Amino acid sequence: MSLLPIVNDGAPLKAKDRVFDRKGQMPEEYYKDQLFELEAKGELIIHRIADEQAPVEIDNKFGRKKKIAIDNTWHHKSCGQCGHIPGYSTSIFWLIRQLGLTYHDPKEQTSCTAWNYYASSTSNPAAQAAVALRNFAQAYEDGYYPIIHCGTSYGHYKEVREELIHHPELRDQTRRVMDRLGKPMVFPEEIVHYSEWVHVMRHQIHERQKLDLSDVTVTVHPACHYHKLVAEDAIYDRELYDGQRTAVVSALVKALGANLADYSTFHDCCGFGFRHILVSRDFSRSFATLRKIEKMKEEANPDVTLTHDTGCVTTLDKSQFAAQAHGRNVGIPVMSDAQFAALAMGAHPYKVCQLHWHGVDMRPLLEKMGIDHVAAWEEFQEVAGKIEAGEMDFMSWEDC
Amino acid sequence: MDPIYADAKYQDVPYEEKKQLFDEVKADMRWHTSLYGCYECGICVAACPSARFYDFSPRVFAQVMAREDVHTFYELLNESVWDCSQCFSCTRCPRQNNPGGIITIMREVAVNHGLQSAKEALKAYSRIIYKIMSTGTQVAPDMLQPDFFPDWGPDVQQVSDNLDVWRRAIPPETMHTTELAWDVAEKTRVELYMIWKLTGNLEMIEQIDEGIFMILEEVMEELLDEHGFDIDDFDSVID
Repeated sequence: MSLLPIVNDGAPLKAKDRVFDRKGQMPEEYYKDQLFELEAKGELIIHRIADEQAPVEIDNKFGRKKKIAIDNTWHHKSCGQCGHIPGYSTSIFWLIRQLGLTYHDPKEQTSCTAWNYYASSTSNPAAQAAVALRNFAQAYEDGYYPIIHCGTSYGHYKEVREELIHHPELRDQTRRVMDRLGKPMVFPEEIVHYSEWVHVMRHQIHERQKLDLSDVTVTVHPACHYHKLVAEDAIYDRELYDGQRTAVVSALVKALGANLADYSTFHDCCGFGFRHILVSRDFSRSFATLRKIEKMKEEANPDVTLTHDTGCVTTLDKSQFAAQAHGRNVGIPVMSDAQFAALAMGAHPYKVCQLHWHGVDMRPLLEKMGIDHVAAWEEFQEVAGKIEAGEMDFMSWEDC
Repeated sequence: MDPIYADAKYQDVPYEEKKQLFDEVKADMRWHTSLYGCYECGICVAACPSARFYDFSPRVFAQVMAREDVHTFYELLNESVWDCSQCFSCTRCPRQNNPGGIITIMREVAVNHGLQSAKEALKAYSRIIYKIMSTGTQVAPDMLQPDFFPDWGPDVQQVSDNLDVWRRAIPPETMHTTELAWDVAEKTRVELYMIWKLTGNLEMIEQIDEGIFMILEEVMEELLDEHGFDIDDFDSVID
């Protein structure tokens, strides 16, 4: 818990004067201790981050060390990313491949189903825990460590972890389900989000950077389910915003030499709403444009805004089109940290980053980044034309 | 017990009926870590996106539940409970309350009882429930249709027009799909169906949309049967 110094005149401290003191009182409960206690009692198998994962330790919100798995990872994909923003997942895989690391992209994975759960509540804790543990058991049996692509999956799995730790009856129900499935009760020692992997790898990404981004101004939107829903696991860094904000995404922007710009509604939600983005979009659109995009425009006028979650990319990007009809001050390209990092390393904007699936016009940004988007689109169209003509079945990594 | 407000809604619903639902929320195992009392500081409201555009307040949920106001609880259960964004910005509560978590539990109770208000709130949403429960991925490329997302601009039309080719023009081989977000193994779908049955999840859908329930049950029964399983052999493990 941070203890902020009190100033005599009562005025709020400026950012440069703020102190983030991690020596304050830490919560007594620590999920890792609790998980290992359950393992000692024979209730769970804890999937450890082993040497083959080449782990890196960094600080979580409360200053405890969190291990991030780097290599030999099992990719728990996001349905929203794969379905509607395919360049998001593709960029993550591309980065791993470029950095010479090993990963597994399983077919034996389901969605966490949490988008539906938070939208409709047509489920219950036992079903949600069983879905989580089935995926984790699959990763364990496959011999890779799970990396979670979606912010909501990451948040929900932390929530499932808390529920399993504190409720023996839920463990009992889940065990009976897993027994029927013939799968072990496995939980990973850390829930690792891909943006934490990107965060840890940001210096290696910078070493391979091909584009000069010094003229590019970037705002960041942190995902609520990353840093608010079970808050401890999120990554903080005293060197960034004095540790007052999660460091993921923002630290990448700085490592890549772009201009990290602040704005007043940084901590606000994007307006996704789960049910709302699908069937009550007037709300999502209003919040996204009025509280996020317009504030960014007025206060930072960025060339792009980066975020690290499925719903946030979707809401912030897709909400801007209709807002133009009302004369709103919109027009900021939106993409994930992984897509931005991949572009910086020279990834193809359409074959790898798949930017044609996004709504807001990316071309001014690409020009500022020094990318010939006209030639790049022609290259993509050439491959698409071959697929359409039956000359090739699919685009492969070799075609990128 | 009389309603607190003379103009309270749902006065025709018997108190006992409301109390039963209220007690079900409080009986949920998560209840005791969801509410510790309310300072009425309003921090949750300040952080809440839904509070800015709806007549909605996470603080009201915390207060109503804390003071056991069964009538107002019932009103919330039938109305603003569906306005929540489930972002959990409200968890910055200095008392460690979780108004969003209270709402998750309330929604589950509303669904389990097939409340008409829940059916209406989820009416347009049913096809999403079918997608996630039958395929294991919620958001599929073929959902990107201009009639469903007319406000997302002309790019949706382009995606729709080029869907098959553009999906095959993505490098990871798991993503060359149009009806699913990725290629989910059939064995994995079988396991997912077992989970829905063993946790009583399928029966929840019957309460909210009988048509979707019947289609889902048929799809699940067929695949389970193909793999040598009888759908009736998977009784719920939930008491």
